[in-house]
Formats: sequence, C-alpha cells, structure tokens
Amino acid sequence: MEELYTSAIQEKEFDQKVDFKLWKKLIKYALRSKKLVVLIILANVIVAAIDIIYPLLSRYAIDEIIAGEHVDRILPFGLVYLGFIILQGIGVLSFIKGSGKLEMDIAYDIRQDAFKKLQELSFSYYDKTAVGYIMARMVSDVSRLSELIAWSAIDILWSGTYVLGMVAVMFMLNPILALIVVLVLPPLAVICVYFQKKILKHYREVRKQNSRITGALNEGIMGAVTTKTLVREDRNSEEFRGETGRMRKSAIRAAVLSAMFTPIVMCLGSIGTGLALYFGGISVVGKWAWLGVITVGTLSSFISYSTGIFDPIQQLAGIFAEMQSAQASAERVIALIDTEAEITDSDEVTAKYGDSFDPKRENWEDIRGDVKFEDVSFAYNEGEKVLSHFDLEVKAGQTIALVGETGAGKSTIVNLVCRFYEPTEGRILIDGIDYRERSQLWLQDRLGYVLQQPHLFSTTIRENIRYGRPDATDEEVRAAARLVHADEFIEELEKGYDTEVGEGGGRLSTGQKQLISFARVILADPRIFVLDEATSSIDTETEQLIQNAITKVLENRTSFIVAHRLSTIRSADRILVIREGRITESGTHSELLKKRGYYYDLYTTQFRRDAVNKIMSE
Amino acid sequence: METAINNDKKPKRVHKPINHKLVKRFLRGTNAYFLIAAAGLILAIVSAYLIPIVTSFTIDYVLLPYAEEGYEAGSGAVPGFVISWVESLGGRSFMLDHLYIMAIVLVLFTAINAFTTYLRRSYIAYAGEGMAKNMRDDLYEHLANVPFDYYKHVQTGDLVQRCTSDVDTIRRFIQNQLLEIIRTVLMVIIAAVIMINMDPLLTLWSVILMPILTVSSFVYFKAVKNSFADSDEAEGALSAAIQENLTGVRVVRAFGQQRRELDNFTAKNTDYRKKTLKVTYLMAYYWSASDAVGYTQILISLCVGAYFAIIGRISVGEMLVFTSYTAMLTWPVRQLGRILADLGKASVSLGRIDEIMSAPLESEPGNALTPEIKGEVEFKNVGFRYEDSTEPVLKDVSFTAKRGQTIAILGSTGSGKSTLVQLLQRLYTATEGEILIDGVNINDIERHHLRRSIGIVLQEPFLYSRSIMDNIRIVDPQADDERVYEAARVAAIHDVVEGFEKGYDTIVGERGVTLSGGQKQRVAIARMLMQEAPIIILDDSMSAVDTETDAAIRDALNGRKDRCTMFIISHRITTLMTADKILVLEHGRLVDSGTHDELIAREGLYKRIAGIQNSLEDEFISEGGEA
Repeated sequence: MEELYTSAIQEKEFDQKVDFKLWKKLIKYALRSKKLVVLIILANVIVAAIDIIYPLLSRYAIDEIIAGEHVDRILPFGLVYLGFIILQGIGVLSFIKGSGKLEMDIAYDIRQDAFKKLQELSFSYYDKTAVGYIMARMVSDVSRLSELIAWSAIDILWSGTYVLGMVAVMFMLNPILALIVVLVLPPLAVICVYFQKKILKHYREVRKQNSRITGALNEGIMGAVTTKTLVREDRNSEEFRGETGRMRKSAIRAAVLSAMFTPIVMCLGSIGTGLALYFGGISVVGKWAWLGVITVGTLSSFISYSTGIFDPIQQLAGIFAEMQSAQASAERVIALIDTEAEITDSDEVTAKYGDSFDPKRENWEDIRGDVKFEDVSFAYNEGEKVLSHFDLEVKAGQTIALVGETGAGKSTIVNLVCRFYEPTEGRILIDGIDYRERSQLWLQDRLGYVLQQPHLFSTTIRENIRYGRPDATDEEVRAAARLVHADEFIEELEKGYDTEVGEGGGRLSTGQKQLISFARVILADPRIFVLDEATSSIDTETEQLIQNAITKVLENRTSFIVAHRLSTIRSADRILVIREGRITESGTHSELLKKRGYYYDLYTTQFRRDAVNKIMSE
Repeated sequence: METAINNDKKPKRVHKPINHKLVKRFLRGTNAYFLIAAAGLILAIVSAYLIPIVTSFTIDYVLLPYAEEGYEAGSGAVPGFVISWVESLGGRSFMLDHLYIMAIVLVLFTAINAFTTYLRRSYIAYAGEGMAKNMRDDLYEHLANVPFDYYKHVQTGDLVQRCTSDVDTIRRFIQNQLLEIIRTVLMVIIAAVIMINMDPLLTLWSVILMPILTVSSFVYFKAVKNSFADSDEAEGALSAAIQENLTGVRVVRAFGQQRRELDNFTAKNTDYRKKTLKVTYLMAYYWSASDAVGYTQILISLCVGAYFAIIGRISVGEMLVFTSYTAMLTWPVRQLGRILADLGKASVSLGRIDEIMSAPLESEPGNALTPEIKGEVEFKNVGFRYEDSTEPVLKDVSFTAKRGQTIAILGSTGSGKSTLVQLLQRLYTATEGEILIDGVNINDIERHHLRRSIGIVLQEPFLYSRSIMDNIRIVDPQADDERVYEAARVAAIHDVVEGFEKGYDTIVGERGVTLSGGQKQRVAIARMLMQEAPIIILDDSMSAVDTETDAAIRDALNGRKDRCTMFIISHRITTLMTADKILVLEHGRLVDSGTHDELIAREGLYKRIAGIQNSLEDEFISEGGEA
C-alpha cells in the first residue's frame, strides 16, 4: 500500500545515469566507521585471493604430486591447503560480520537523522506528504540502501579483485590460451548488464502490481461492512481476480526472464570452457608449437578459471543494475533528510531557549496568555490567501469563540496561534513579544490543543491521558478523566484504565476519543487552550455535564474555541464571526443576537425551519 | 500486567497441522506445471553430472597417452559401451585429431543443462504464481463473505499481512525450496551411484564430512529461527513507532513531546540493530565454518584421490571427477537446514491462512425467499447478545413501522441503537424474538435481496478509491449522470462536488483526495439513495454535517417520504422531533416510544434531552428578543 504513493516517482528510474554526487552523500554514512570499512576491504581481498589460489593448488597436486608420484608430499600439501582454508574462513567470517555491522550502522544513522528531521518539519510538510510515503522511505528505502552500500558496493571489490586476479594468473600460465578464454568476457558482460536491467524493470512492475493488490485488499477489508450493505461481494471479488490475474502475468514474465538469464550465461560460459578444453588439450600434447605446451594440471586450472570467472561478472552486472534502480530510493531518502523545515527557530533563539530535543527550560519566561494578531495575512498555497490583514487582540484569561462556515478560516486562526503555521505577513505577539523571538517549544509546551478528529496512540487509556505529562500519578490521571466525565465509561471497560485503545484509538467511539483527548489536555495544564470542534461527537447529556467543567478549566487561561454547537460557544467572553478570512461580527452572545446579523441568522434559521416542520407534521 | 498487555499486542502464533484439503484446493490447475518442472529438474541434474565427465574423459582417454608426463591413461569414468563406440570410430588418435568434438560435447551438455534449468525455473514460477493467485482470490472471496461480526475481532493490518506476506512466504517456498529438496536428495543419490561405481573407498572419503555439514545445518537453522523472529519483531516495533509518530504528529507537537518521541524511537532503532546483528553474527559463524568444512572435504578428496592416482588405483581424470562432485554436493547439503527452516515458516503461514479460510461464511438460516418488499417492519420481542458476551445488547424490543413512516431512535452511547438497525439488515441475527418485513421473518429472506432492499448509511461511511461519480452509482454502474446528480442534490453534496477541480471525476478514498467527515457522509447518503430501497436507515449519518445542511437534507428526504420507510438515529432533537414515531433506548431496552408531543409530556430521557436543547432555544430566542 505504501508503494501507491511512490509509483509515479518510480516511473522514471531507468532514464537516469548513475548520479555519483548522490551516492557520495550516502557513502559518507559508510565512512563514519572507517576502521570497519578497511577491515571489510581487507577481508574481501583475502577471500578473493584465496579463491584464485585454490585451482593452482589442484594444479600442483596433479602436476607435481601425482605425476612425480611423491606420496610423501601429500601431507605437507594438505597442511598448506588447510592453512588457506582456515585463513579464508577467517576472511569470510570478518567479511560477513563487518558488512552486517556496517549495514546496520548505516541504516541506524540514516533513520536517526531522518526521524530527527521529521520531528522538526512543519505541518505544511505533513499536509502535502502522505504517511505511507514517509513510511516507505523510512523503512524499505533505508533498508535497501544500507544493504546495497554495505554488501553490494563492497562486493564490487571482491568481484573486481577476483576477475583481475584470475585473468592475471591465466596470463602467467599461458598468455595465448588466456587470451582465447578472456575473449568470451566482453559479450558476456554486455549480456549480463542487459539482462539485469530488464529483470529489474520487470520486477518493479511486479512490485507495483503487488502494491495495487495490497491496496485492493486493504480496501476490501476496511470496507467490508459497506460492501455487505451494498451487496457488492461478488463484483468486488471479480475485480480483485482481475488484479491478481495481472499480478500473475507480470510475476511470471519476470520469473521467466530471470530463469532465462543464468542458463544463457552458463551456455556462453561453456563456450569459454570448451575453447579452453580444445586449445588446452592441444597444448597438453604439444601439437601446435605457437600455443606452447602446458601440463594436465594447468589445463585443469584453466578449466576451473574459465567456469569460475562468470560468477563475479554476473555479480558486477547485478550490482550495477541494482545501483541504478536504487537511485530513486537514494534520491527520496536524501530529499527527506535535506528538506528544510518551513518554521525554524533562529540561531539566537535556539541558543537561549534550546531546540525541540534539548530545551533550556531554565531560560524560559512564563506565559501570561495575551495574544495579538497584527496585520496578519496567511496563505497555505501561494496566491490563495486565507487570511488578509487580520487583527485581533485577546487579553490573558479570555475565552474566544470562533464561528463561521467550513473554510472560513477558523482553523487557520487557531493553527497560527499554535505556531503550527506562521503568518506570511504581519506578526503574532504573545505577551507583547513576536512569538518568532522565542522557540516553538516554548509556546507549544504550554499549549493545550484538542482536535475534532482526536488522535490516540495505540497504548492504554492511562498512557494516553498521561501523554502530555509523563510523570503524572494514577490519581491525577483519574482526576482529569473524572473532570470530563470520562471516568464512568472507562471504569465500565473490562480493564479500565489499562484498556488498550487500538490503532489510532480505533476500539473507542469518536465521542469517547474526544473525552480522552480532553482529559489529556487538562492533565497537561496548559496556559493557552485551543478547542477545535472538540466535543462535536459527544452526546447531549454528557456534553452538558462537561460544559460546566470546561468553563471551570478555562477560567484564567486564554482559550480559543471553534464550534458549531451553541451550548459550547455562548458562554465565551467574545464570539467572533469569521467570514472569508475576516471578522465580520464580534461581541458576546447577547450582543451579537441584538445585532441581528449573520450570527443571529445562523441560529434562528435552524430553529425556524424546525418549527415549521413541526407544524407541518401535525 | 506486563504479560497481559504483551499478549494483547502480539499476533497469536498459530500451530495448526497442515490442512491437506486446503493445499489441494490451492494447487488446482497447477499440476502440469509441477510435472514439467520436475522433469526439467531431473534432466538438469543428470546433465550437470555429465559435464565434469567430459573433461575427465578428455584428459584420461585422449590426452594422457600423448602427454609428456608419466601418467597412467584411463577411461575417465566413462561407461564401457561409450568407450567401445569410440574405439570403433578410431579410438584415441581419432579423438585427438578431432578434439573439437569434445569441446562441442561440453557445450552441448551445458546447453542441455541450461535449457532444463530454464524449464525447471520457469515452470515452477507458473506453478507458484498460479497457486499464489488461487490463494489470494480464495482469501479475498472468503473475507468478502464472512459475517459482519468477524471484522469486530480482527485487525486490518493483520489480515492484510496474512493475505500478502503469508501468501508470499508460501509462494517463495514452492518456487525456491520445494524442488530444492528433491534436487538435493537426487543429487546425493546420483552422485553416490556414480562415485561408488568408480571407487567405493574414495567415495567414502569424499563424503566423510557430509554428516557434519548436514547435522550442523539443521542445528544452526533451528537455533537461528528464534533470532530471526526477534529481529522481525524488532523491525515491526520500529515501523510501528514511526507510524505512530507520523499519524500523531499533531499531538506530538501540541504537547511538545519531540524529545520523548526521539528517545522512544532511538530505543527501538537500537534494539532493531542489536537483534539483527545477532542474526548476522550467527550467520557469519555458520557460513564461514561450513565453508571451511566444505573446502576441507574437497581437500580430503583431493589428497586421497592423489594418493590413489599415484598408486594407480584410479586415473587422474577420475580424481578430478571426484573433486568436482564433492564441490557440487557441499553447497546443497549446507542449505538443507535452511530449506527445513523455510518449510517450518511456510507451514506457519499456511496455518495463518487456514485460520481465515476456516472462519464460517454467512449462512442462510431460513428459506431464502425473495419477496417484494414494501417497507412494513415489525420487531417482536427482539433480543440480541454477542456470542462472546453474557450481557445482552438488546432486550425484548417490540415495535412496528408502517410503510412510509419515519422512525427516529434516541439513546445514549452504547444503548444498542446501531445494533438495532444492523439486525434489520441481518448483519447480525437476532438471538431472541423475530423481525418481520411485510409479515415475512427476515431470516427467511435471502440476505442479498434483503440488503438490496434496505439502504443504510453508517456513522463513519467508507468510500471506495474511485471517482465520486463511480462511488455514488456503485450499486448501479449503468445509472446515467442525471440520476447521480439528482441523488447528490438531495444529499446536498452536488454543489460541493461541482466546486472540486475535477468535479465528479475526483478520486476519493485511500488513493485519492481526503474528503471531510461531513462530505463523506453526504456522498454516502447519495450512494444510498441510488439504491431506491423501500427501507432506508441513517445511522447518525449527519453527525459531521452542520445543522443547516442537516435540515436541508431532511427536507429533501421528506419529499420521498411516501416511497420508503425511514429509520433515523440522531442526538439532535430537531432531527428526531418530526418523526412519526420516536423510540427511546436505554441499556438495550425500549423504554419509551411515541411522537414528540407524547414523549415531551412524560418524564424520561427524551424530555431531559429536549429540555437541554430547548432551553438553549428559549434562551436564544428570548435574548434575541423575537417570539
């Protein structure tokens, strides 16, 4: 499913040449542990060298020991051979250990950097970027890259050393014969690269189709009830069979292609071996003078080399193709790490107040709660102003209600207060000072923000309420829950406060989630409250009950309330009617009613219509 | 407490015996592919064993007699009838003059090997992918037809995982490992036959370390299994931590908890690295050690073979055949344990899939009639209790709704309102009493027919990822645009949709734009209207719609009143008050019912709620100064 968001970007993967600048950035992560890299390289060279030596040892056994009938040399020969085996074992051990460690270190560091960055990026980033997209970068892309850098890139070394070493030894043994065997290599390399690219392309097709299937499954399961009520089971299954059919087709196409690859390499390789056998055989008997004469042992090592040389060539081609295809992953990961947060604290501010991870609370001033908008304009996208030249002054301790149609700019105003977005023009003062002169955390740490779609973390109710103040005691948690009348339903649950709320709070109703997120804010004891449609799904009786509690809690704290429900807003100190980014009416509930303006209309039409209906139905 | 929470989170580890019937069902239509792949496999092994013999024959039979060194000539492990055939051609000198024949034979054998390898791999892909498709299709269809209740007890992520990763685990096992088992066994047998034929004693020396390799491979893969599971679990925890952080990013910021989130993430990140490194290190020790043992085995063959060659027991070519075969055998033997471990994984996956497939499907308890439905509904002493609970959700509910009536339902959260309307659609079956539609017990009505006749809009409606147009006409894909617009107008969503850049072609749902809660509800209402059902149900389906729009939609719906019986669940008195009958539910009991005027005259929940909402209205109007 996560791939859904990325498929568009993946399209162009293959038009690109390998971008070395990009890889350099990633290699830097590898070079953080230089010693490890040196160890791996060393181990690789040793392993490759010994791989080259083995056929020579067999040659010695045939030519010297057997031909010379030196039974006494068998034991020393075996011991030397054994020495090489042990040395190679150590090489393999340190190679796997080293590369494994390097892989995990790279993945760890990249994820750590990216996660830190994600904590700093502004909401504007999250507005534009789907969670699934980021997840794919953080999980699969990072794994793929770290694996590629740690294993494959270093594999190049092994393959390179191995090929070069083998070619060198062959030339030393018999240059003409070597030349004949090596002739097969260039066409082989070309075919390898061609196939690897094609195979990767097909497999990407398979992955895309796979993500479509995952998406369809997800939809089938999430929408199971709807499907039932609409009686669409059969048609959905039919459509799904279409998707799996396409999946089978593309998967088979990819599998057949890669099933073809190795056999073709084998066949080509056998031509090399056949040449070695033919010409080698002739030189063993010394038939053609220009070929020179070789021993049977040399012939056997030539045959070994000519079969062995294709393995590293295949590997090299594979790595090259993989690098090219992983480039898109690399780009996306680097792009994530390099993204600049739109809202940042200046260096001076950070120096005094600390950053989001290491706040210097000792330097923080208290917040009284005066909020002032000075000529504020704001646009989410350039050119589409949501607010223009907006002014507002709120005294500490006041409750401000915002009323207006969807899209009028109510949520924008409260988001600006929270500094989740910053004004594109003008400034916002908190306690008389532009809030950009203090750190984001300074403000947000003392802010209580309840959303219409409350998000709960998938842990227990207790831990959720405690989220804003991890050191709160159980009794304090209970007290907060009691205040918003959440206590009753929580106690009725089998495990009470230890009930797991499920993914995103999915096991609770929207109303229950709203109550818990309310308790969570109250426990955090903020100086400024923002309630954005926070009680819309709570039933009338409970809402009535917590209304009193809210009034009590909001006393002496500055608060902003966005709501439709009259009961929620009428006790506000000031009600602002927002239309198209401007305040059109402002005053207390009774003042606004007397004005007979939009506010009055908004609520009387509703009552009037219902009154008419009532009469009609009688 | 700690363990209790853990049990809640961890997916259950299923230990089900392999369900052979299910496997057979999934394998349908793939048998021929398996046969071709198996044939390819056998030919590939035979040809693979022939290749080293070409070399050994060339050396032993053709070259050695002419070489300068003092070797003994031999037949290079070639059977007698081939030798006599070659002799008839002209023997050694003929072969030496035509040495290219050997090169061609070598290429030919390799080509046979290559072609049969290709056959094996591609046909096993046909088989594996075919089986995977069968599994996916069957799972999807099964999941579409399990009862509603099933979804209350499962997690989407878990189900998706089973339908994707578990299917893939099995597919991979079939495609990569299944034939590998046969291959290894066959290779060992064939090699043994050829080698014993050449020299039994050398054969013994050439396999002397094999038992060590085999046993250690089993021991290793068994030991590493748990470490693998730990690493996978740690990766899961890491992903979950990122996902939680990202979906809750607004809460994290609003509480300024970045530090804590980072610490939590760092702990998961560190743990994942640690657990994965453990696997890697175990792997490093195993592969390097088994590598060394494998090479030592080759060394033993070589040394003993050299000795035997010196004493003239075997020829040089035969010795080369022995070392080649030994090398060919060590790799698959080292992998045996892995195959077994994968077999274990695949059978666990199969068990998890079996668990889904053995969930009972929705059934027809009664006569599956398809009567014409007019819209008269009667509940007779209906009670309902979830299977796993002792406390009934509904108790002894009785009422009637005449065709064309509007029935409103009021009750606090958890009072059973939603369950009541879900019973009507037979999403659940009433455990007591009976529900009649036009006098027919709904258990006797075929469920698809029943559901087509009842339009329901759920509180949190689900839209499919396709265009708004296709969503609205999903029950009737042939419906013309004008009908869709009409339904959208009634649901007060037409103008909103027209305002979108792509209008009705806007893609919604998971892969498209996100609509607000109120917009989704209204699209769902329009979709329901397209059903033209004689009974419609609105399950608090305008909670996210503002009061004004709510009223407008109800006005429009009232225009269709004579055509259908309507059930409305709502918290808003203004929505409820115009109904023909209002049902008041408390703790699963129908405590009161009547019209607005009747209910407002009695003490009870309705009066209390109306009181709260009316007092606002009174106050509002008196403050406004208008009567």
